[in-house]
Amino acid sequence: MLRIVHKLRCGFAKMTVREAINSAMAQEIERDQNVFLIGEEVGQYQGAYKVSKGLYDRFGKSRIWDTPITEAGFTGLSVGAAMYGLKPIVEFMTFNFAMQAIDHVINSAAKLHYMSAGGLKTSIVFRGINGAAAAVAAQHSQCFAAWYSQVPGLIVLSPYDCDDARGLLKAAVRNPNPVVFLENEIMYNEAFEVPDNVMDKDYLIPIGKAKIMREGKDVTIVTFSKMVKFSMLAAAELEREGISCEVINLRTLKPLDRNTVIESIKKTHRVVTVEEGWGQCGIGAEICSIINETNAFFHLDAPVVRVTGADIPTPYAFNLEELSFPKTHNIVEAVKLVLK
Amino acid sequence: MKHFMRFSKISKAFKEVPSQYVYQINPIKNFEPIKQFRVIDLEGNLIAKEYNNIPKETLNQIFDLMISIEEMDNILYMSQRQGKISFYMTSFGETATTVGTTAALQPQDFIFPQYREQGSFMWRGFTIEQIVNQCIGNHLDGGKGRQMPVHYGSKDLNIVTVSSPLTTQVPQASGAGYGFRVNGENKIAATWFGEGAASEGDFHSAMNFAQTLKCQTLFLCRNNHYAISTPTDDQFRGDTIAGKAPAYGMRTLKIDGNDLLAVYNGVKYAREEIIKNKEPFFIEFITYRIGDHSTSDHSVLYRSQEEIDSWKSGNNPINRLGLFLKKQGLRQFNDEHDNQIRKDVRNRVIAALKNGSEQQSPSIQDLFTDVYDEVLPHLQDQYTQLREHLTKYKDQYPINKFKGGL
Repeated sequence: MLRIVHKLRCGFAKMTVREAINSAMAQEIERDQNVFLIGEEVGQYQGAYKVSKGLYDRFGKSRIWDTPITEAGFTGLSVGAAMYGLKPIVEFMTFNFAMQAIDHVINSAAKLHYMSAGGLKTSIVFRGINGAAAAVAAQHSQCFAAWYSQVPGLIVLSPYDCDDARGLLKAAVRNPNPVVFLENEIMYNEAFEVPDNVMDKDYLIPIGKAKIMREGKDVTIVTFSKMVKFSMLAAAELEREGISCEVINLRTLKPLDRNTVIESIKKTHRVVTVEEGWGQCGIGAEICSIINETNAFFHLDAPVVRVTGADIPTPYAFNLEELSFPKTHNIVEAVKLVLK
Repeated sequence: MKHFMRFSKISKAFKEVPSQYVYQINPIKNFEPIKQFRVIDLEGNLIAKEYNNIPKETLNQIFDLMISIEEMDNILYMSQRQGKISFYMTSFGETATTVGTTAALQPQDFIFPQYREQGSFMWRGFTIEQIVNQCIGNHLDGGKGRQMPVHYGSKDLNIVTVSSPLTTQVPQASGAGYGFRVNGENKIAATWFGEGAASEGDFHSAMNFAQTLKCQTLFLCRNNHYAISTPTDDQFRGDTIAGKAPAYGMRTLKIDGNDLLAVYNGVKYAREEIIKNKEPFFIEFITYRIGDHSTSDHSVLYRSQEEIDSWKSGNNPINRLGLFLKKQGLRQFNDEHDNQIRKDVRNRVIAALKNGSEQQSPSIQDLFTDVYDEVLPHLQDQYTQLREHLTKYKDQYPINKFKGGL
């Protein structure tokens, strides 16, 4: 694993988000006999997106399970294995396909601990790509953050960079509750410098805590996953115009860290939310409601502005797809709007 | 061999298996239908003598339990009509399958029920009081009032909690059975489902997985002829559900589900085979749902009383076992004694209902526990808000009806 990480300078290495997820899984499978990876193409094919590259050769078919094509089947089987005491990491080729198994994720994994009065535990990590990629159209581009984060009993995480990917995935595997882990295909290829401590086999990020990526005093931008990148680019652009943005990377969508958001609002008094998914009942809508029902409301100098994906199934044509999702300039405009 | 393919440069022979081929179009439709394994006939006469091997004490305990369940189901069905519980599902006509199967399994075997297996629960020791308290949803309910009636479960008895969506328990049993095999355990995962539930996609995936991955799983299909109002003809074609199992490569038995000796022997055999061969087994029980699907059903709207009566009097598991026990001299039948057993059960159920309805509801705190392994901060906040609200308006709420009050 370490051979794919390039040491740039003392104490830091450079790796892609894909490698970060791969290394986190490898360390957890090594650490705990009960952890295994299950999904379509995860083994001999090295993963549909090569996220599980090398794991089959290293751990063999008893820990890396290739399955027939049935999300309902392998998700149901994983819930049963988890009830028994094993710890599955279930890979969906995309969360779009997880809809075939969503009954098992929600009616079984999420609810059974409560419904059985604590008797049944379903400690599972459901992971896979979420949201838009590029030119894969409507049935491969939906963002499921809002759907899953509504469900009690689930923990919902969404990493942005390598730090997030490693720390959150390891925390997810070690957490006794069912976790939905929303990755992003475009982010898989992005490389980041990671300090040595992030590579540690016990590096964990607390669940339920957002991260302030960049401090600022004029506007708070609340976002997660790939949109953190565009928010940071927007913040850099706005800095040149003398506008200082505080960018919050939510990291955990459920339970959502409302305190970090509230404290930031007390400082900046203006909020822009950014998400790739559709606006109705989305994460931005939830942030607006949270602000509304807490004392953060009285610290606002302007209504919250939401930046979201267009309310359409994702089109295929490149130029149309470009227009359907938020980009840096949309975020810049939104910040200017909230400051007007 | 001359090659006519443009892009094929390499010449390599293909391994033929000549016996694979036929030279006429003869589509296959019906395999030979699988016959039902039977030990006693409709009048309780012993036919397959080598299966008369169940200890007398066990047979009597099974018979006692079958008649107890009949009485309990009767009272609880009526108690729903009287508004004492909100919902109930009886198991009239099907108790040979559930009690017989569970008696033939080992206590460490995991059972994944559907919802009509009070026989399985009670054979393992689940009490009338536990059932009634769950139906009422009071603080004594092991499920903390979280579920509809008959959705019980018991970690101690290795029976997974009943879950409403059909058939989801079946791939779960494949998963658990996989775990048992991988860890070399003397345990199987036995899962119940009806002939209607076998139409769900999960059934196919679970069967395919179990045989392909070699799971220590026992599939138990209870074909009781109706899925609510849907008769088997509208549910599937082919040779019932058992006919599908060999196609997965799985060993299969079809058993007369109203013949207790056949049920017991068949399940015992299947379990031994699963542990020995480390692969799954499929059993379909042919039985009949004498009662309604549930208290929300009125089955005479879609089937004839004549049909119901023919099973109820002509092919009834309790009658057949009783006649067998009498003819073999394995039980002294005495009207007074048997009526007393039934009366005792009735009284016990009625007492449980009375006592249960006087109990408090689960505690207010239990609204928020078990959502996650710990009560997360946002839930703690909600609980605090609820307490504040209830404290402020305590005159408007029956606070003392909740265990632990405020």
